[in-house]
Amino acid sequence: MLILECPYCGVKGEETEFTGGGEAHLKRFGPGASDDDFHGYLFKRENPKGVHLERWRHTNGCGKWFHAARNTVTLEVYGTYPAQTTEPPKDIKDKISARVPGWSWREFS
Amino acid sequence: MSETRLMKRYSAFAVAKEALKYHMGWERAWASPEPKKKYDAIIIGAGGHGLATAYYLGKNHGIRNVAILEKGWLGGGNTGRNTTIIRSNYLQDASAAMYEKSRSLYETLSQDLNYNIMFSPRGVIMLAQTQHEVRGYERTAHANALQGVKTEFISPSRVKELCPIINLEGPRYPVLGGLWQARGGTARHDAVAWGYARACSAMGMDVIQKCEVSGIRTEGGKVTGVSTNKGDIACDKLGIVVAGHSGHLADMAGFRLPIESVALQALVSEPIKPCMDVVVMANTVHGYMSQSDKGEMVIGGGADGYNNYTQRGSFHHIEETVRALIETFPMISRLKMLRQWGGIVDMTGDRSPILSKTPVENVFINCGWGTGGFKAIPGSGWGFAELMAKGYSPLTAEFGLERFYEGRFIDESVAAGVAH
Repeated sequence: MLILECPYCGVKGEETEFTGGGEAHLKRFGPGASDDDFHGYLFKRENPKGVHLERWRHTNGCGKWFHAARNTVTLEVYGTYPAQTTEPPKDIKDKISARVPGWSWREFS
Repeated sequence: MSETRLMKRYSAFAVAKEALKYHMGWERAWASPEPKKKYDAIIIGAGGHGLATAYYLGKNHGIRNVAILEKGWLGGGNTGRNTTIIRSNYLQDASAAMYEKSRSLYETLSQDLNYNIMFSPRGVIMLAQTQHEVRGYERTAHANALQGVKTEFISPSRVKELCPIINLEGPRYPVLGGLWQARGGTARHDAVAWGYARACSAMGMDVIQKCEVSGIRTEGGKVTGVSTNKGDIACDKLGIVVAGHSGHLADMAGFRLPIESVALQALVSEPIKPCMDVVVMANTVHGYMSQSDKGEMVIGGGADGYNNYTQRGSFHHIEETVRALIETFPMISRLKMLRQWGGIVDMTGDRSPILSKTPVENVFINCGWGTGGFKAIPGSGWGFAELMAKGYSPLTAEFGLERFYEGRFIDESVAAGVAH
């Protein structure tokens, strides 16, 4: 069972309290972008077997969107953090590095 | 050219003959060789789709120097984890062509493979439990009529006639009709993999289990072979047919797929006496049910709401599925559930598969079957083998990777819902 903690209201709940929102930190491309960039933004997800940075919404709670760093194989949650960031905070990155040495995510790791 | 392997044919006569010898004379169904240095074609993934591809490469195109590599055991992925439903009542022309080809191949597959896959064309009802679904299925029935796929929209009383244990007057999910495909049904999923494996082995192909691919080797943008835990193996052509792990393998080859992997689960009840001789799918509530030959009620449910590779699935989906099915089938309320399992399904944005060339020359990919790949095994293998052998197949032409780039979707997400 997947347990997440909402970084806003601090409530810890199991997955039925939240709704998954897919990959986080996407670079958005719209009108004026190249076809390749637009195609990549729309369809090409990381879909890793391992560390996944993703969006969640605390649907049956405060209703806010937040981010989580989670392992797609073990369901281990390395931490949750607010939505107003473009990458995970250092302490979560360090925690991931300790558990999964050599992990990477698009342009940062 | 590989040597064909001499195998005894299965028949009623063979069973009688073996009975006299206390069944001590049966040989292994397929050989377990060590890999050769080089093959004309390598298929990664010995599930239904991979084995069917190899089989039709040999049978239809004369390419028999083929290895099928499997990291686990044969048919141990989604081929052995689905709910065995076979139907072809899809909305879009490209899908209907593919799934109908597949369904028709299933009809004679036992004879073709000399292996009893227990195809049971018992009929499939897709229940319409909302007005939206009524309109959707009427539309599908009309589309199927134009495609030459025999389906019909039936009334609630006809649903009751076909499936007496159903409750038409459920408070939340009344049955308003159904899309009926009399020629749909089920087959023994393991036997499909085993039958293809046996036939491939007989043609001289090598089915190599416990052989995990760790890298794809290329030279000048062209594939030269794969690295595995059993050493490097060279090949001219490579087919990746690994369902949930497609993204993982594509990563090794250096390209990315429009695929996300999630766990989808199913469960079976304790065996009971025969009570239901059709397959019933209820897409509004994400539940579908049929009765196996052993008497177990086979129940399929919803997919997880987040990417994962756990092969088990979220517990609450079982509750949701079973809760909804109990309203439609009140008599199952006191059944004990025996087993539950999950498989990793590869979901595309339009819920249609990808059978395609890739950015790496001579690497082909067959994936994206999502929640409904079992029914497509023979057709998928037929078309994908043609694509690998000739570079083009009319059956797979619409399912190329470029459709995402071009915005030319084969949108089955509305027509198929979650349940396949």
